[in-house]
Amino acid sequence: MNSEDAHRPAAMTPVEQRVAALEALLTERGLVPEGFIEETVRRYESEIGPMNGAKVVARAWTDPQYKQRLLADGTAAIAELGFGGAEGHHMVVVENTPAVHNVIVCTLCSCYPWPTLGLPPAWYKDPPYRARMVREPRALLAEMGCRPPEETEIRVWDSSAEVRYLVLPQRPPGTEGLTEAELAGLVTRDSMIGVARL
Amino acid sequence: MQGFGAVAHTPAEPVFAEPWEARARALVEAVAGAVRPTGGEFRHAIERMAPGHYLTSSYYEHWLTAAATMAVEHGLLTREDLEARAGGPFPLSGPVLGPRVTDPGADAGEPRFGTGDQVRVREWHPPGHTRCPRYVRGKTGVVVRLDGSYPVPDVEAHGGGRRPEPTYSVRFDAAQLWSDGQPGVCVHVDLWESYLEPA
Repeated sequence: MNSEDAHRPAAMTPVEQRVAALEALLTERGLVPEGFIEETVRRYESEIGPMNGAKVVARAWTDPQYKQRLLADGTAAIAELGFGGAEGHHMVVVENTPAVHNVIVCTLCSCYPWPTLGLPPAWYKDPPYRARMVREPRALLAEMGCRPPEETEIRVWDSSAEVRYLVLPQRPPGTEGLTEAELAGLVTRDSMIGVARL
Repeated sequence: MQGFGAVAHTPAEPVFAEPWEARARALVEAVAGAVRPTGGEFRHAIERMAPGHYLTSSYYEHWLTAAATMAVEHGLLTREDLEARAGGPFPLSGPVLGPRVTDPGADAGEPRFGTGDQVRVREWHPPGHTRCPRYVRGKTGVVVRLDGSYPVPDVEAHGGGRRPEPTYSVRFDAAQLWSDGQPGVCVHVDLWESYLEPA
């Protein structure tokens, strides 16, 4: 890059030009109100995310009655903590136990529980994960560093219709003295997808 | 599809990798607010992309293409508007692939299957949009959960309005799905009633 280029904004890529074109045309037609894009992006970047799911998990670990409600009606129990909305209207929570390890996938597209986990990470939406998690789940989990015991049943949940899934991970040993907020800090996004154990 | 390599896993990453992805994501909502597509229509707009374009473009380029396609199909703007403004080609998705449904049919009544019932997925390869994954077609599984009635995507994606039908979570043992499927592994798939027959 010569010194003259350094003072010019980088040229837009073709896809950036297409985004700008669609945005300009929709704005001229009154379909993109002032601040709409910024507000939408802010919502996705800061209101939803795995920190919400972690609160649900920590509550279930510390309140047996809540856990019972969560497993019986995920949508209603998650709403008790204030989370819900698009891609979270029909929640089913699946519990990991010593006998069962659950993992979620969407083989057809990218279905994912937005209110509790946020928007899905790129690898969850890419063909390798979508194809291999149903074809060879144990091998793929091991590759991702997750090795449930051989005798543990692996249950894969393909969210191909309206239900969205959340995995309730097992509470790690040695955490008896922790508060609910401290426990929430231990819960990772991957443990709630089921590609990691805590 | 299979034969893919490693999953490019990252423990955490920004919600949007590039600023344009965030804007494209918001524009999908702007178009959706104006045209009120069904989930089936939106997903089919992505599936209708030219295969070469689909396979060589990123996730949010799929969403951008679907948003622009729906905007053109619903008369909000034209392809010429888009290309003039973009200063170059603006590839859109191809036409709806399934036969146009003019009558969605009667709403399905009570669920035909119950928990514990053995069901077989219809060996059925309709053109156009469906939410019946190929890898379970012709396979036998067991109903583990009833999830209530929702509009059939195959109907709503083809202009047919809405026909609610019961949906089920069906459990398939890995050995039923794959010749080398391991014991102790199962896959649950959520399916609309018309994808299923008694086994």
